[in-house]
Amino acid sequence: MTDTQSGLLSSQHDWSSAAARKRVKRRYAADRRLQFYGIGAIALSILLLGVLFSSLMFTGYVAFYTTKVALEVPFAADQFDKDKLGDANYRGIAKTAFLTYFPEVTSRAEQRNLVKIMSSGAPYIIRDFVVANPDRIGSTVTIQVPVSDPFDQLYKGVIPRYIDALGQDRIALFEKLQRRNVIKIEGGKAFAATDIFVNPAEIPDGDITKADLHGMVREGFAAYYPKQTSRAYQEILAEDASTQVLRAKIEAEPGIVGKTVTLMLPLAPAYDELARTGASKIVNPRFGDKAEFVWFDKLISAGAISTPFTWELFTNADSRYPELAGLAGALSGSFFALLVCFLLSFPIGIATAVYLEEFAPKNKWTDLVEVNINNLAAVPSVVFGLLGLALFINTFGLPRSAPLVGGMVLALMTLPTIIVATRAALKGVPPSIREAALGVGASKHQVMLHHVIPLSLPGILTGTIIGLAQALGETAPLLLIGMNAFIPSIENMGLTQPAMALPTQIFSWADSPERGFVSRTSAAIMVLLGFLVIMNILAVYLRRKFERKW
Amino acid sequence: MVVYLFLLLLAIASSGFLLGRFKARAAGVGQDVKMHSLDGYHGWFVAAWAGIPAVLLTLLWLLFQGPVIDWLLVGSLPANKVQAIDGGKLQLLVSQIKSVAAGNIFSQPEPFVVEAAERYNRWKDIASWSLFAVATVLALVGLLVARSRISPRFRARNGVETIMSGLMIACSVIAILTTLGIVVSLLYETLRFFDRVSVVEFFTGLNWEPQIPIREGQVTAGGAFGALPVFWGTMMIALIAMLVATPIGLFAAVYLTEYASARLRDVVKPLLEILAGIPTVVYGFFAVLTVAPAMRTFGEAIGLNIAPNSALAAGAVMGIMLIPFISSLSDDAINAVPQSLRDGSYGLGATKGETITKVLLPAALPGIMGGILLAVSRAIGETMIVVMAAGIIAALTLNPFEPVTTVTVQIVTLLIGDSEFDNPKTLAAFALGLVLFLATLVLNVIALRIVQKYREQYD
Repeated sequence: MTDTQSGLLSSQHDWSSAAARKRVKRRYAADRRLQFYGIGAIALSILLLGVLFSSLMFTGYVAFYTTKVALEVPFAADQFDKDKLGDANYRGIAKTAFLTYFPEVTSRAEQRNLVKIMSSGAPYIIRDFVVANPDRIGSTVTIQVPVSDPFDQLYKGVIPRYIDALGQDRIALFEKLQRRNVIKIEGGKAFAATDIFVNPAEIPDGDITKADLHGMVREGFAAYYPKQTSRAYQEILAEDASTQVLRAKIEAEPGIVGKTVTLMLPLAPAYDELARTGASKIVNPRFGDKAEFVWFDKLISAGAISTPFTWELFTNADSRYPELAGLAGALSGSFFALLVCFLLSFPIGIATAVYLEEFAPKNKWTDLVEVNINNLAAVPSVVFGLLGLALFINTFGLPRSAPLVGGMVLALMTLPTIIVATRAALKGVPPSIREAALGVGASKHQVMLHHVIPLSLPGILTGTIIGLAQALGETAPLLLIGMNAFIPSIENMGLTQPAMALPTQIFSWADSPERGFVSRTSAAIMVLLGFLVIMNILAVYLRRKFERKW
Repeated sequence: MVVYLFLLLLAIASSGFLLGRFKARAAGVGQDVKMHSLDGYHGWFVAAWAGIPAVLLTLLWLLFQGPVIDWLLVGSLPANKVQAIDGGKLQLLVSQIKSVAAGNIFSQPEPFVVEAAERYNRWKDIASWSLFAVATVLALVGLLVARSRISPRFRARNGVETIMSGLMIACSVIAILTTLGIVVSLLYETLRFFDRVSVVEFFTGLNWEPQIPIREGQVTAGGAFGALPVFWGTMMIALIAMLVATPIGLFAAVYLTEYASARLRDVVKPLLEILAGIPTVVYGFFAVLTVAPAMRTFGEAIGLNIAPNSALAAGAVMGIMLIPFISSLSDDAINAVPQSLRDGSYGLGATKGETITKVLLPAALPGIMGGILLAVSRAIGETMIVVMAAGIIAALTLNPFEPVTTVTVQIVTLLIGDSEFDNPKTLAAFALGLVLFLATLVLNVIALRIVQKYREQYD
């Protein structure tokens, strides 16, 4: 090594030089940066987990209580036929009982609107009560029935009474009109004073029914909005009412044809509200009109509204009405499917694992089996659904939508999990136990049945429970074999009856447009996650309790 | 009916067990020769011979009873009614006959349908009663034959163990049968699909509109089955998912293996595992409920128009699902790097960060790549998230803010509520399923190869 080189080296390795310190500092900064990224990644994933759970709980907790109205139902004996208790006029009974809160509402049309506050399931609830308690006929009973979905959501504060109908840009445009003094308020209603040229060319043969009144109104109003003519016209004016004003004017004074006339044109509800109150709030279109709030408020102040726990979520079958929809059908479908899945996959899985681990010779055949099991674990679940549809349903003619087929498909998916867990558990049993048993004259099968399998049972059960938990959350294959049937009753449940499962119920509720189904879906997810948590805790408990270190 | 049959068979088998045991016990008393097997084994032997053949026969019978009766039914229909109609209508006719047979008569059916329904009910009765009789006789014969073989010298234990081994082998064959079932059923329906739609069209066409009903007599009806946009959408969503999952999962794994204390690891790892245990339908709802609206609002705030079912939302949520997958596989790969490599690097004065980026990650790269490939195969096979959060219309776009569709979405939408396998629409789902199956298979095989090859280096 020459002097120059060693000199170069030594200057490079002068650890106290400013350059070297800077280098070291940079290196440690890079180290900290990496650490920071790691912490960031972990924090982000936990944050996302938190957001997931909190958004589910936030939207879902309201589904665990239901807004109910108490009905005083007088069961007059003459309303019922003893032999056909289910056939009485329960709709009428419910309606009469509900209307006793509103003696002042007498018009039929108003009554019809009013009854919409009550859930349309109310007659069935009363019917079920009568069928279950025929001895109460002749007395007056207080029955709690749910209110319909919009009012349920209103009482829970999920949807507002009024909504913002207009964006900022629309309001700005409208304020321009107000500044130009076009908007006038008369008799509690807002109007746009508009100059309209009653064009004789637009009234063929002087016949007003053929006239393009819309066009005239549009052209007249366009003077205020030279650029956004037609849309502004349609939005701000109450279109049909405006043309009627014009028509009435022409009919009353036929002489104005060919002249320009100033008309007070009524505004659309949102703009009407904006002009009068300065706010663009309108009644939430989920409710008919304001009167319904007033009625509902009356129920609240009468103390008729209560919010008990939603037992119906667990006892009711599916329904088109969110306030009535429950999980009972889905729970029973999932139960039957998991039962079939367990009955098939548990013995088959153990037998396969024991054979491969303890008896199988090492040859191409067993290699093929092992490769197959590994691949099955990685096949997308939807492909299993295709298999179930093509093979079980179309070839073997098993019933569609049935938990039997669902369970069979789920069993095929669960098998690899159980086999892997069982093999691991079998491997965990020390050879000394096998050898001791063989030594006292047990056959190979006896060693397995009497010693190895009982000793590895905790591990096998843990794996099985985890496999079943996965199967419980599996959705796609069940969708393909039709286990998303809408079943509004829980009377006819069985292995071969059409059914719904918990995850497919979640899917179908998530697809429903009614607002109440959002919280119902979240609640159903919480129930599903609850079951998964219980199963996993059970698995961990089994492992902790029975795990043996040899 | 079937349930009663199974109960009856169970009863016969249990009585076979008892009878066998009694006889063995009696045979052993007062003999000079000791019994070869314990009494219980004789019992099990008789029970197995009474139960297993009869149960197997019943299962096979039930599998083939439906198709055979259908076939007989079609054969017995008046020729002039059958000849004029094609396969699909024939199926419709058969199901009409069945619903009439079940007693659901909505409109007045034709007389030949009523006749066929009566015939169908009669045959079904005959079939189930003869199954009952045959299975019972078989069980009893099995019981008697097996029982007659009981003697002190009879090796009942060996017999039972042979039967058990046979059952175990039969069970292990189920895995192969399942794979075979998947391949055969997918291939069969796919070939039927390619009878109607050309292969080239399917793999290169740019126009995917399977929902449009194909009119009768329309010659170029295959025009709507170009699956490229569907494949493109699948890849795009998978790519977005991997862009989310890979950095987060990898950094988390690096931190957990190299920096974190054991206590932190014990807390964080189960938390990440929770993400893996959440059913995908929950992620789908999360995407629809929270992520997509949040993205939309955010996009509006910065002047972007993000569709409510954008590829970005579906991909991002799928990415969240894959984080624990990537992190645990990378974790394994990094942990598998021998300690000596770390020590050598520290000995040369490298910082922890330098050791990770310059030594550990390159050494663990094959394992990490394998993990990423497995995650990709998960991503393209994932169904519920995209069914709920991605689009249905196939679009060939590069813009992640627009909706795209995926293979799995198409499979589900094409098959929901449809079980008649006689139009290209439903068959297309099987063609897509086959592509999906093969793609995930290839990805998995490559990934496992990489991981295994890498392991051999250090062990």
